Amino acid sequence: MSALAMAASDTVVLASRNLKRIPRQPDLLIAYTVQPVMFVLLFVFVFGGAIVTPGFDYVDFLMPGIIVQSIAFGGFVTALGLSEDVQKGLIDRFRSLPMSRSAVLAGRTFSDIPLNLLSLFVLLAVGILAGFNFDSDVGKVLLGVVLLLFFGYAFSWIFALVGLYSSSPETANSIGFTAIFPLTFASSAFVPVASMPDGLKQFAEVNPITTVVDAVRHLWLSTPAHSDVWMSFVWCVVLIAIFAPLAVRRYRVVSV
Amino acid sequence: MGQGLSTPAILAEDLHKSFGETQALRGLSFAAEEGTVLGVLGPNGAGKTTAVRILTTLLNPDSGRATVAGLDVVEDAVKLRSQIGLAGQYAAVDENLTGKENLEMVGRLYHLGRDASRTRADELLAQFELVDAAKRPAKTYSGGMRRRLDLAAALVARPPVLFLDEPTTGLDPRGRLSMWETIEGMTAAGTTVLLTTQYLDEADRLADRIVVIDHGSVIAEGTADELKDRVGGERLEVQLEEGADVERALTALGYVSDDPPVADDGWVRASVRKRGGRAIAEAVRRLDEENVGIQDIALRRPTLDDVFISLTGHSAEDGSESDDETAPAAEEVSA
Repeated sequence: MSALAMAASDTVVLASRNLKRIPRQPDLLIAYTVQPVMFVLLFVFVFGGAIVTPGFDYVDFLMPGIIVQSIAFGGFVTALGLSEDVQKGLIDRFRSLPMSRSAVLAGRTFSDIPLNLLSLFVLLAVGILAGFNFDSDVGKVLLGVVLLLFFGYAFSWIFALVGLYSSSPETANSIGFTAIFPLTFASSAFVPVASMPDGLKQFAEVNPITTVVDAVRHLWLSTPAHSDVWMSFVWCVVLIAIFAPLAVRRYRVVSV
Repeated sequence: MGQGLSTPAILAEDLHKSFGETQALRGLSFAAEEGTVLGVLGPNGAGKTTAVRILTTLLNPDSGRATVAGLDVVEDAVKLRSQIGLAGQYAAVDENLTGKENLEMVGRLYHLGRDASRTRADELLAQFELVDAAKRPAKTYSGGMRRRLDLAAALVARPPVLFLDEPTTGLDPRGRLSMWETIEGMTAAGTTVLLTTQYLDEADRLADRIVVIDHGSVIAEGTADELKDRVGGERLEVQLEEGADVERALTALGYVSDDPPVADDGWVRASVRKRGGRAIAEAVRRLDEENVGIQDIALRRPTLDDVFISLTGHSAEDGSESDDETAPAAEEVSA
Protein backbone atom coordinates (compact mmCIF):
# COMPACT_ATOMS: atom_id res chain seq x y z
CA MET A 1 0.00 0.00 0.00
CA SER A 2 1.39 3.41 -0.90
CA ALA A 3 1.89 5.91 1.90
CA LEU A 4 -0.91 8.11 0.59
CA ALA A 5 -3.39 5.23 0.21
CA MET A 6 -2.45 4.09 3.70
CA ALA A 7 -3.02 7.55 5.16
CA ALA A 8 -6.38 7.80 3.40
CA SER A 9 -7.52 4.36 4.55
CA ASP A 10 -6.41 4.97 8.16
CA THR A 11 -8.14 8.35 8.18
CA VAL A 12 -11.41 6.82 6.98
CA VAL A 13 -11.21 4.07 9.63
CA LEU A 14 -10.66 6.63 12.38
CA ALA A 15 -13.22 9.16 11.13
CA SER A 16 -15.88 6.45 11.08
CA ARG A 17 -14.82 5.47 14.60
CA ASN A 18 -15.41 9.07 15.73
CA LEU A 19 -18.79 9.31 14.05
CA LYS A 20 -20.00 6.04 15.58
CA ARG A 21 -19.80 7.61 19.02
CA ILE A 22 -22.12 10.49 18.19
CA PRO A 23 -25.47 8.65 18.33
CA ARG A 24 -24.17 6.76 21.39
CA GLN A 25 -23.55 9.97 23.29
CA PRO A 26 -26.74 11.93 22.77
CA ASP A 27 -25.68 14.45 25.43
CA LEU A 28 -22.79 15.54 23.22
CA LEU A 29 -25.10 16.00 20.29
CA ILE A 30 -27.52 18.04 22.38
CA ALA A 31 -24.74 20.29 23.65
CA TYR A 32 -23.66 20.67 20.08
CA THR A 33 -27.01 21.89 18.77
CA VAL A 34 -28.97 23.31 21.69
CA GLN A 35 -26.34 25.80 22.77
CA PRO A 36 -26.12 27.64 19.43
CA VAL A 37 -29.90 27.67 19.16
CA MET A 38 -30.09 29.29 22.57
CA PHE A 39 -27.58 31.89 21.38
CA VAL A 40 -29.71 32.72 18.34
CA LEU A 41 -32.83 33.21 20.44
CA LEU A 42 -31.04 35.25 23.12
CA PHE A 43 -29.38 37.56 20.63
CA VAL A 44 -32.39 38.08 18.42
CA PHE A 45 -34.85 38.70 21.21
CA VAL A 46 -32.72 40.10 24.05
CA PHE A 47 -30.10 42.24 22.27
CA GLY A 48 -31.85 42.53 18.92
CA GLY A 49 -33.94 45.55 19.91
CA ALA A 50 -30.92 47.46 21.27
CA ILE A 51 -28.31 46.84 18.58
CA VAL A 52 -28.54 49.15 15.57
CA THR A 53 -27.60 47.59 12.23
CA PRO A 54 -28.28 50.20 9.54
CA GLY A 55 -29.92 48.72 6.49
CA PHE A 56 -30.62 45.30 8.03
CA ASP A 57 -33.02 43.53 10.31
CA TYR A 58 -30.88 42.41 13.23
CA VAL A 59 -31.74 38.75 12.63
CA ASP A 60 -30.36 39.00 9.07
CA PHE A 61 -27.22 40.71 10.35
CA LEU A 62 -26.82 38.22 13.17
CA MET A 63 -27.25 34.84 11.48
CA PRO A 64 -23.97 34.82 9.49
CA GLY A 65 -22.14 35.96 12.63
CA ILE A 66 -23.64 33.43 14.97
CA ILE A 67 -23.15 30.62 12.47
CA VAL A 68 -19.47 31.53 12.09
CA GLN A 69 -19.12 31.53 15.86
CA SER A 70 -20.74 28.16 16.30
CA ILE A 71 -18.71 26.66 13.43
CA ALA A 72 -15.52 28.03 14.97
CA PHE A 73 -16.45 26.23 18.19
CA GLY A 74 -17.37 23.05 16.33
CA GLY A 75 -13.80 21.82 16.49
CA PHE A 76 -14.06 21.43 20.24
CA VAL A 77 -15.28 17.88 19.58
CA THR A 78 -11.79 17.22 18.19
CA ALA A 79 -10.09 18.74 21.23
CA LEU A 80 -12.32 16.78 23.59
CA GLY A 81 -11.85 13.51 21.73
CA LEU A 82 -8.10 13.86 21.40
CA SER A 83 -7.48 14.75 25.01
CA GLU A 84 -9.65 11.78 26.04
CA ASP A 85 -7.64 9.52 23.74
CA VAL A 86 -4.41 10.76 25.27
CA GLN A 87 -5.67 10.33 28.81
CA LYS A 88 -7.00 6.83 28.23
CA GLY A 89 -3.85 5.58 26.49
CA LEU A 90 -5.50 5.11 23.10
CA ILE A 91 -2.99 7.45 21.48
CA ASP A 92 -0.24 5.15 22.76
CA ARG A 93 -1.93 2.23 21.07
CA PHE A 94 -2.33 4.16 17.79
CA ARG A 95 1.27 5.32 17.88
CA SER A 96 2.48 1.75 18.36
CA LEU A 97 0.56 0.60 15.27
CA PRO A 98 2.04 0.59 11.75
CA MET A 99 -0.37 3.33 10.68
CA SER A 100 -0.10 6.82 9.22
CA ARG A 101 1.17 9.47 11.65
CA SER A 102 -1.42 12.02 10.60
CA ALA A 103 -4.47 9.73 10.45
CA VAL A 104 -5.59 10.11 14.05
CA LEU A 105 -5.71 13.90 13.68
CA ALA A 106 -7.09 13.91 10.15
CA GLY A 107 -9.75 11.40 11.22
CA ARG A 108 -10.75 13.70 14.04
CA THR A 109 -10.85 16.89 12.00
CA PHE A 110 -12.71 15.27 9.10
CA SER A 111 -15.38 13.88 11.37
CA ASP A 112 -16.08 17.42 12.60
CA ILE A 113 -17.30 18.34 9.11
CA PRO A 114 -20.59 16.39 9.14
CA LEU A 115 -21.20 17.64 12.68
CA ASN A 116 -20.66 21.23 11.59
CA LEU A 117 -23.00 20.66 8.65
CA LEU A 118 -25.64 19.40 11.06
CA SER A 119 -25.33 22.39 13.37
CA LEU A 120 -25.43 24.70 10.33
CA PHE A 121 -28.79 23.18 9.33
CA VAL A 122 -30.24 23.47 12.81
CA LEU A 123 -29.12 27.08 13.14
CA LEU A 124 -30.48 28.08 9.76
CA ALA A 125 -33.80 26.41 10.52
CA VAL A 126 -34.10 28.30 13.80
CA GLY A 127 -32.92 31.51 12.15
CA ILE A 128 -35.50 31.24 9.40
CA LEU A 129 -38.21 30.67 11.99
CA ALA A 130 -36.99 33.83 13.76
CA GLY A 131 -37.31 35.80 10.55
CA PHE A 132 -34.00 35.34 8.67
CA ASN A 133 -34.13 35.66 4.84
CA PHE A 134 -31.50 34.94 2.21
CA ASP A 135 -31.07 37.79 -0.26
CA SER A 136 -28.92 36.09 -2.87
CA ASP A 137 -28.86 33.25 -5.41
CA VAL A 138 -28.52 29.54 -4.74
CA GLY A 139 -24.94 29.31 -6.00
CA LYS A 140 -23.72 32.01 -3.63
CA VAL A 141 -25.65 30.54 -0.70
CA LEU A 142 -23.97 27.17 -1.33
CA LEU A 143 -20.55 28.80 -1.69
CA GLY A 144 -21.20 30.33 1.73
CA VAL A 145 -21.90 26.85 3.14
CA VAL A 146 -18.67 25.53 1.60
CA LEU A 147 -16.71 28.43 3.05
CA LEU A 148 -18.19 27.83 6.50
CA LEU A 149 -17.31 24.14 6.43
CA PHE A 150 -13.77 24.88 5.25
CA PHE A 151 -13.40 27.50 7.96
CA GLY A 152 -14.68 25.00 10.57
CA TYR A 153 -12.16 22.46 9.30
CA ALA A 154 -9.32 24.96 9.76
CA PHE A 155 -10.45 25.64 13.32
CA SER A 156 -10.60 21.91 14.01
CA TRP A 157 -6.82 21.84 13.52
CA ILE A 158 -6.41 24.60 16.11
CA PHE A 159 -8.53 22.54 18.47
CA ALA A 160 -6.48 19.43 17.64
CA LEU A 161 -3.40 21.21 18.94
CA VAL A 162 -5.31 22.40 22.02
CA GLY A 163 -6.54 18.84 22.69
CA LEU A 164 -3.04 17.39 22.48
CA TYR A 165 -1.66 19.96 24.91
CA SER A 166 -4.51 19.66 27.44
CA SER A 167 -4.11 17.47 30.48
CA SER A 168 -7.81 16.64 30.51
CA PRO A 169 -10.94 17.07 28.39
CA GLU A 170 -12.16 19.72 30.85
CA THR A 171 -9.03 21.81 30.32
CA ALA A 172 -9.35 21.44 26.56
CA ASN A 173 -12.87 22.76 26.78
CA SER A 174 -12.01 25.79 28.88
CA ILE A 175 -8.91 26.68 26.82
CA GLY A 176 -11.10 26.56 23.72
CA PHE A 177 -13.73 28.84 25.20
CA THR A 178 -11.23 31.30 26.60
CA ALA A 179 -9.49 31.64 23.25
CA ILE A 180 -12.45 31.73 20.94
CA PHE A 181 -15.03 33.79 22.81
CA PRO A 182 -13.02 37.05 22.67
CA LEU A 183 -12.06 36.32 19.09
CA THR A 184 -15.66 36.01 17.96
CA PHE A 185 -16.99 38.91 20.03
CA ALA A 186 -14.24 41.30 18.94
CA SER A 187 -15.37 40.93 15.34
CA SER A 188 -18.24 41.93 13.10
CA ALA A 189 -20.20 38.83 14.15
CA PHE A 190 -22.66 40.46 16.55
CA VAL A 191 -22.31 44.23 16.18
CA PRO A 192 -21.09 46.55 13.38
CA VAL A 193 -17.33 47.11 13.74
CA ALA A 194 -17.90 50.87 13.23
CA SER A 195 -19.56 51.03 16.66
CA MET A 196 -16.41 49.87 18.47
CA PRO A 197 -13.86 52.15 20.23
CA ASP A 198 -10.43 52.76 18.66
CA GLY A 199 -7.99 49.90 19.20
CA LEU A 200 -10.70 47.29 19.39
CA LYS A 201 -12.00 48.49 16.04
CA GLN A 202 -8.62 48.00 14.37
CA PHE A 203 -8.30 44.56 15.94
CA ALA A 204 -11.77 43.59 14.74
CA GLU A 205 -10.97 44.75 11.22
CA VAL A 206 -7.99 42.39 10.86
CA ASN A 207 -9.62 39.57 12.82
CA PRO A 208 -10.16 36.61 10.44
CA ILE A 209 -13.56 36.04 12.04
CA THR A 210 -14.61 39.45 10.70
CA THR A 211 -13.33 38.52 7.24
CA VAL A 212 -15.29 35.27 7.20
CA VAL A 213 -18.46 36.82 8.66
CA ASP A 214 -18.35 39.63 6.08
CA ALA A 215 -17.78 37.09 3.31
CA VAL A 216 -20.80 35.05 4.39
CA ARG A 217 -22.88 38.25 4.60
CA HIS A 218 -21.87 39.07 1.06
CA LEU A 219 -22.73 35.58 -0.18
CA TRP A 220 -26.07 35.34 1.65
CA LEU A 221 -27.24 38.96 1.88
CA SER A 222 -25.49 40.58 -1.13
CA THR A 223 -23.60 43.13 0.97
CA PRO A 224 -20.55 44.67 -0.78
CA ALA A 225 -17.93 41.99 -1.31
CA HIS A 226 -14.59 43.84 -1.01
CA SER A 227 -11.94 41.11 -0.90
CA ASP A 228 -13.58 39.13 1.88
CA VAL A 229 -14.53 35.95 0.06
CA TRP A 230 -11.16 35.03 -1.38
CA MET A 231 -9.37 36.40 1.71
CA SER A 232 -11.48 34.02 3.81
CA PHE A 233 -10.27 31.04 1.83
CA VAL A 234 -6.70 32.31 2.16
CA TRP A 235 -7.15 32.55 5.93
CA CYS A 236 -8.41 28.96 6.10
CA VAL A 237 -5.42 27.69 4.12
CA VAL A 238 -3.01 29.70 6.28
CA LEU A 239 -4.53 28.41 9.52
CA ILE A 240 -4.31 24.80 8.34
CA ALA A 241 -0.75 25.33 7.09
CA ILE A 242 0.26 26.58 10.53
CA PHE A 243 -1.72 24.35 12.88
CA ALA A 244 -1.78 20.99 11.10
CA PRO A 245 2.03 20.54 11.16
CA LEU A 246 2.19 21.76 14.77
CA ALA A 247 -0.50 19.28 15.80
CA VAL A 248 1.12 16.37 13.95
CA ARG A 249 4.47 17.21 15.53
CA ARG A 250 2.88 17.23 18.97
CA TYR A 251 1.07 13.95 18.26
CA ARG A 252 4.39 12.20 17.59
CA VAL A 253 5.66 12.85 21.12
CA VAL A 254 2.51 13.17 23.21
CA SER A 255 2.19 10.83 26.16
CA VAL A 256 -0.22 9.96 28.93
CA MET B 1 25.95 -8.30 26.29
CA GLY B 2 24.01 -11.13 24.71
CA GLN B 3 25.94 -11.16 21.42
CA GLY B 4 25.19 -14.76 20.51
CA LEU B 5 24.85 -16.11 17.00
CA SER B 6 21.23 -15.03 16.66
CA THR B 7 20.02 -11.60 17.69
CA PRO B 8 17.68 -11.76 20.69
CA ALA B 9 14.04 -10.90 19.95
CA ILE B 10 14.34 -7.97 22.36
CA LEU B 11 17.62 -6.26 23.09
CA ALA B 12 18.23 -3.15 25.17
CA GLU B 13 21.77 -1.82 25.47
CA ASP B 14 22.76 0.90 27.90
CA LEU B 15 19.52 2.88 27.57
CA HIS B 16 19.43 6.30 29.18
CA LYS B 17 16.39 8.54 29.41
CA SER B 18 15.76 11.63 31.51
CA PHE B 19 12.65 13.73 31.96
CA GLY B 20 13.91 17.09 33.11
CA GLU B 21 15.79 16.45 36.35
CA THR B 22 14.49 12.92 36.72
CA GLN B 23 16.67 10.14 35.37
CA ALA B 24 14.18 7.43 34.44
CA LEU B 25 16.71 5.07 32.88
CA ARG B 26 20.41 4.95 33.79
CA GLY B 27 22.14 2.46 31.54
CA LEU B 28 19.41 -0.16 31.29
CA SER B 29 20.45 -3.35 29.45
CA PHE B 30 18.69 -6.67 28.99
CA ALA B 31 17.79 -9.23 26.36
CA ALA B 32 14.99 -11.70 25.69
CA GLU B 33 15.53 -14.74 23.48
CA GLU B 34 12.93 -15.56 20.88
CA GLY B 35 9.91 -17.44 22.21
CA THR B 36 10.62 -16.70 25.87
CA VAL B 37 8.87 -14.58 28.47
CA LEU B 38 11.04 -11.91 30.05
CA GLY B 39 9.70 -10.51 33.29
CA VAL B 40 10.78 -6.96 34.08
CA LEU B 41 10.23 -6.61 37.78
CA GLY B 42 10.46 -3.41 39.75
CA PRO B 43 8.61 -1.00 41.99
CA ASN B 44 6.62 1.99 40.77
CA GLY B 45 8.95 4.54 39.22
CA ALA B 46 11.74 2.03 38.56
CA GLY B 47 11.64 2.78 34.82
CA LYS B 48 9.62 -0.19 33.59
CA THR B 49 7.10 1.80 31.60
CA THR B 50 9.79 4.11 30.16
CA ALA B 51 11.63 1.01 28.92
CA VAL B 52 8.48 -0.37 27.31
CA ARG B 53 7.73 2.99 25.69
CA ILE B 54 11.20 3.07 24.15
CA LEU B 55 10.96 -0.51 22.92
CA THR B 56 7.55 0.15 21.34
CA THR B 57 8.80 3.33 19.56
CA LEU B 58 6.64 5.68 21.62
CA LEU B 59 9.69 7.41 23.05
CA ASN B 60 13.26 7.86 21.82
CA PRO B 61 16.11 7.08 24.21
CA ASP B 62 18.59 9.86 25.07
CA SER B 63 21.41 7.40 24.45
CA GLY B 64 21.99 3.68 24.07
CA ARG B 65 20.29 1.46 21.53
CA ALA B 66 17.56 -1.14 21.39
CA THR B 67 16.26 -3.60 18.83
CA VAL B 68 13.05 -5.59 18.64
CA ALA B 69 12.83 -8.50 16.17
CA GLY B 70 16.21 -7.30 14.88
CA LEU B 71 14.88 -3.83 14.05
CA ASP B 72 16.26 -0.67 15.62
CA VAL B 73 13.68 1.21 17.68
CA VAL B 74 14.71 4.57 16.23
CA GLU B 75 16.01 3.84 12.71
CA ASP B 76 13.49 1.14 11.78
CA ALA B 77 10.56 2.36 13.88
CA VAL B 78 8.06 2.15 11.02
CA LYS B 79 8.86 -1.48 10.18
CA LEU B 80 9.14 -2.40 13.81
CA ARG B 81 5.57 -1.38 14.58
CA SER B 82 4.18 -4.15 12.38
CA GLN B 83 6.12 -6.71 14.46
CA ILE B 84 4.82 -5.79 17.90
CA GLY B 85 1.68 -5.76 19.99
CA LEU B 86 1.27 -3.55 23.04
CA ALA B 87 -1.15 -3.94 25.93
CA GLY B 88 -0.72 -1.41 28.66
CA GLN B 89 -1.88 -0.69 32.15
CA TYR B 90 -4.45 1.75 30.81
CA ALA B 91 -6.56 -0.83 28.97
CA ALA B 92 -6.54 1.33 25.86
CA VAL B 93 -9.85 0.54 24.25
CA ASP B 94 -12.41 2.94 22.82
CA GLU B 95 -15.24 2.90 25.33
CA ASN B 96 -17.82 4.07 22.86
CA LEU B 97 -17.14 1.24 20.44
CA THR B 98 -18.27 -2.33 20.98
CA GLY B 99 -15.69 -5.03 21.68
CA LYS B 100 -15.94 -6.23 18.12
CA GLU B 101 -15.68 -2.74 16.63
CA ASN B 102 -12.55 -2.12 18.70
CA LEU B 103 -10.81 -5.22 17.37
CA GLU B 104 -11.93 -4.57 13.79
CA MET B 105 -10.59 -1.03 13.99
CA VAL B 106 -7.19 -2.27 15.17
CA GLY B 107 -7.17 -4.88 12.38
CA ARG B 108 -7.86 -2.19 9.80
CA LEU B 109 -5.07 -0.05 11.22
CA TYR B 110 -2.67 -3.00 10.88
CA HIS B 111 -3.95 -3.04 7.27
CA LEU B 112 -5.29 -6.58 7.43
CA GLY B 113 -8.20 -5.63 5.17
CA ARG B 114 -11.88 -5.43 6.01
CA ASP B 115 -12.82 -9.11 5.81
CA ALA B 116 -9.67 -10.40 7.48
CA SER B 117 -10.12 -7.85 10.27
CA ARG B 118 -13.66 -9.06 10.87
CA THR B 119 -12.66 -12.74 10.91
CA ARG B 120 -9.75 -12.06 13.24
CA ALA B 121 -11.98 -10.04 15.59
CA ASP B 122 -14.39 -12.97 15.85
CA GLU B 123 -11.54 -15.40 16.54
CA LEU B 124 -10.16 -13.24 19.33
CA LEU B 125 -13.56 -12.57 20.89
CA ALA B 126 -14.02 -16.35 21.12
CA GLN B 127 -10.50 -16.91 22.45
CA PHE B 128 -10.91 -14.26 25.15
CA GLU B 129 -14.45 -15.28 26.12
CA LEU B 130 -15.97 -12.00 25.00
CA VAL B 131 -18.45 -13.36 22.46
CA ASP B 132 -21.48 -12.52 24.62
CA ALA B 133 -20.23 -8.97 25.12
CA ALA B 134 -19.06 -8.49 21.53
CA LYS B 135 -21.89 -6.14 20.59
CA ARG B 136 -21.89 -4.06 23.76
CA PRO B 137 -19.96 -0.80 24.06
CA ALA B 138 -16.72 -1.35 25.97
CA LYS B 139 -17.80 1.16 28.62
CA THR B 140 -20.21 -1.48 29.94
CA TYR B 141 -17.34 -3.97 30.47
CA SER B 142 -15.86 -4.94 33.83
CA GLY B 143 -12.19 -4.11 34.50
CA GLY B 144 -11.16 -7.68 33.73
CA MET B 145 -13.11 -7.76 30.46
CA ARG B 146 -11.55 -4.48 29.39
CA ARG B 147 -8.07 -5.88 30.00
CA ARG B 148 -8.91 -8.97 28.01
CA LEU B 149 -10.14 -6.80 25.16
CA ASP B 150 -6.98 -4.70 25.37
CA LEU B 151 -4.84 -7.83 25.25
CA ALA B 152 -6.89 -9.18 22.34
CA ALA B 153 -6.26 -5.90 20.51
CA ALA B 154 -2.51 -6.38 20.97
CA LEU B 155 -2.79 -9.81 19.34
CA VAL B 156 -4.83 -8.81 16.29
CA ALA B 157 -1.91 -8.98 13.84
CA ARG B 158 -0.34 -12.06 15.51
CA PRO B 159 2.82 -10.06 16.28
CA PRO B 160 5.95 -12.10 17.05
CA VAL B 161 6.84 -9.81 19.96
CA LEU B 162 4.39 -8.74 22.61
CA PHE B 163 4.75 -6.05 25.29
CA LEU B 164 2.53 -6.31 28.35
CA ASP B 165 2.94 -3.34 30.64
CA GLU B 166 1.59 -4.30 34.07
CA PRO B 167 -1.24 -6.36 32.59
CA THR B 168 -2.91 -7.13 35.92
CA THR B 169 -2.42 -3.89 37.86
CA GLY B 170 -5.76 -2.88 39.33
CA LEU B 171 -7.49 -6.22 38.78
CA ASP B 172 -9.10 -8.16 41.61
CA PRO B 173 -7.54 -11.55 42.50
CA ARG B 174 -9.97 -13.48 40.33
CA GLY B 175 -9.35 -11.19 37.37
CA ARG B 176 -5.60 -11.57 37.86
CA LEU B 177 -5.78 -15.32 37.90
CA SER B 178 -7.82 -15.47 34.72
CA MET B 179 -5.43 -12.96 33.09
CA TRP B 180 -2.49 -15.18 34.05
CA GLU B 181 -4.14 -18.19 32.47
CA THR B 182 -4.79 -16.18 29.32
CA ILE B 183 -1.17 -15.03 29.13
CA GLU B 184 0.11 -18.57 29.73
CA GLY B 185 -2.05 -19.87 26.91
CA MET B 186 -0.71 -17.18 24.63
CA THR B 187 2.97 -17.68 25.37
CA ALA B 188 2.68 -21.40 24.77
CA ALA B 189 2.25 -20.45 21.11
CA GLY B 190 5.87 -19.24 20.82
CA THR B 191 5.43 -15.49 21.02
CA THR B 192 8.25 -13.54 22.66
CA VAL B 193 6.80 -11.59 25.56
CA LEU B 194 8.14 -8.76 27.66
CA LEU B 195 6.04 -8.44 30.77
CA THR B 196 6.50 -5.69 33.33
CA THR B 197 5.11 -6.17 36.76
CA GLN B 198 5.45 -5.07 40.33
CA TYR B 199 3.99 -8.36 41.53
CA LEU B 200 6.58 -10.95 42.40
CA ASP B 201 4.20 -13.89 42.19
CA GLU B 202 3.27 -12.76 38.68
CA ALA B 203 6.89 -12.74 37.47
CA ASP B 204 7.46 -16.03 39.28
CA ARG B 205 4.56 -17.69 37.55
CA LEU B 206 4.79 -16.28 34.02
CA ALA B 207 8.41 -15.38 33.26
CA ASP B 208 11.18 -17.65 31.99
CA ARG B 209 13.77 -15.09 32.99
CA ILE B 210 13.48 -12.07 35.23
CA VAL B 211 15.38 -8.81 35.30
CA VAL B 212 14.95 -6.87 38.49
CA ILE B 213 15.19 -3.12 37.92
CA ASP B 214 15.34 -0.29 40.38
CA HIS B 215 16.13 3.39 39.77
CA GLY B 216 16.48 2.82 36.04
CA SER B 217 19.00 0.01 35.85
CA VAL B 218 19.15 -3.76 36.25
CA ILE B 219 20.16 -4.86 39.73
CA ALA B 220 19.79 -8.62 39.23
CA GLU B 221 18.76 -11.08 36.58
CA GLY B 222 18.21 -14.80 36.18
CA THR B 223 15.46 -17.37 36.47
CA ALA B 224 13.16 -17.12 39.47
CA ASP B 225 15.03 -20.03 41.07
CA GLU B 226 18.45 -18.47 40.48
CA LEU B 227 17.30 -15.25 42.07
CA LYS B 228 15.86 -17.05 45.05
CA ASP B 229 19.12 -18.97 45.52
CA ARG B 230 20.94 -15.68 45.77
CA VAL B 231 19.26 -14.82 49.05
CA GLY B 232 20.42 -17.99 50.71
CA GLY B 233 18.41 -21.00 49.65
CA GLU B 234 15.90 -22.75 51.83
CA ARG B 235 14.88 -21.95 55.36
CA LEU B 236 13.86 -24.46 57.95
CA GLU B 237 11.02 -23.35 60.19
CA VAL B 238 10.23 -25.32 63.35
CA GLN B 239 7.25 -24.66 65.59
CA LEU B 240 8.03 -25.87 69.14
CA GLU B 241 5.61 -27.58 71.47
CA GLU B 242 4.19 -25.56 74.34
CA GLY B 243 6.85 -25.33 77.05
CA ALA B 244 9.65 -26.81 74.98
CA ASP B 245 13.21 -25.76 75.87
CA VAL B 246 14.22 -23.10 73.38
CA GLU B 247 17.93 -23.26 74.25
CA ARG B 248 18.08 -26.97 73.54
CA ALA B 249 16.18 -26.45 70.30
CA LEU B 250 18.77 -23.87 69.24
CA THR B 251 21.57 -26.29 70.10
CA ALA B 252 19.92 -29.08 68.12
CA LEU B 253 19.35 -26.96 65.04
CA GLY B 254 22.85 -25.52 65.33
CA TYR B 255 24.08 -28.82 63.86
CA VAL B 256 22.11 -28.42 60.62
CA SER B 257 22.13 -24.66 60.18
CA ASP B 258 24.58 -22.62 58.07
CA ASP B 259 24.29 -19.63 60.42
CA PRO B 260 23.26 -19.60 64.08
CA PRO B 261 19.52 -20.38 64.24
CA VAL B 262 17.17 -17.81 65.70
CA ALA B 263 14.22 -18.22 68.04
CA ASP B 264 11.10 -16.10 68.02
CA ASP B 265 7.80 -16.62 69.82
CA GLY B 266 7.70 -20.43 69.77
CA TRP B 267 9.39 -20.71 66.37
CA VAL B 268 12.97 -21.50 65.53
CA ARG B 269 14.32 -20.67 62.10
CA ALA B 270 17.49 -21.84 60.42
CA SER B 271 19.08 -21.32 57.02
CA VAL B 272 19.88 -24.74 55.50
CA ARG B 273 21.33 -24.03 52.07
CA LYS B 274 24.11 -26.63 52.37
CA ARG B 275 21.99 -29.56 53.47
CA GLY B 276 19.14 -29.22 50.98
CA GLY B 277 16.56 -32.03 51.13
CA ARG B 278 18.25 -33.91 54.01
CA ALA B 279 17.77 -30.98 56.38
CA ILE B 280 14.36 -31.97 57.72
CA ALA B 281 15.31 -35.57 58.58
CA GLU B 282 18.50 -34.49 60.30
CA ALA B 283 16.77 -31.67 62.20
CA VAL B 284 14.08 -34.04 63.48
CA ARG B 285 16.74 -36.54 64.65
CA ARG B 286 18.78 -33.86 66.46
CA LEU B 287 15.69 -32.34 68.12
CA ASP B 288 14.63 -35.81 69.24
CA GLU B 289 18.11 -36.42 70.77
CA GLU B 290 17.74 -33.15 72.72
CA ASN B 291 14.21 -34.12 73.80
CA VAL B 292 12.60 -31.07 72.22
CA GLY B 293 8.97 -31.61 71.26
CA ILE B 294 7.77 -29.98 68.03
CA GLN B 295 4.38 -29.21 66.55
CA ASP B 296 5.39 -28.50 62.99
CA ILE B 297 8.49 -28.45 60.82
CA ALA B 298 8.75 -27.18 57.24
CA LEU B 299 11.20 -26.10 54.59
CA ARG B 300 10.32 -22.77 53.04
CA ARG B 301 11.74 -21.55 49.73
CA PRO B 302 12.49 -17.83 49.80
CA THR B 303 9.94 -15.85 47.81
CA LEU B 304 10.87 -13.26 45.22
CA ASP B 305 9.77 -10.79 47.87
CA ASP B 306 12.72 -11.91 50.01
CA VAL B 307 14.92 -11.45 46.95
CA PHE B 308 13.65 -7.99 46.32
CA ILE B 309 14.05 -6.82 49.86
CA SER B 310 17.56 -8.21 50.09
CA LEU B 311 18.56 -6.55 46.80
CA THR B 312 17.01 -3.14 47.25
CA GLY B 313 16.18 -2.71 50.90
CA HIS B 314 12.54 -2.14 50.03
CA SER B 315 9.56 -4.18 48.98
CA ALA B 316 8.62 -4.36 45.30
CA GLU B 317 4.96 -3.63 45.64
CA ASP B 318 5.07 -0.30 47.40
CA GLY B 319 8.35 1.17 46.20
CA SER B 320 8.99 2.90 49.51
CA GLU B 321 12.10 2.42 51.59
CA SER B 322 12.10 -0.57 53.87
CA ASP B 323 10.73 0.01 57.33
CA ASP B 324 8.67 -1.75 59.96
CA GLU B 325 6.00 -3.51 57.97
CA THR B 326 7.70 -4.13 54.64
CA ALA B 327 10.47 -6.32 56.06
CA PRO B 328 9.21 -8.36 59.00
CA ALA B 329 11.50 -11.27 58.13
CA ALA B 330 14.60 -9.15 58.59
CA GLU B 331 13.46 -8.06 62.03
CA GLU B 332 12.82 -11.58 63.16
CA VAL B 333 16.31 -12.64 62.13
CA SER B 334 17.95 -9.89 64.11
CA ALA B 335 15.71 -10.35 67.16
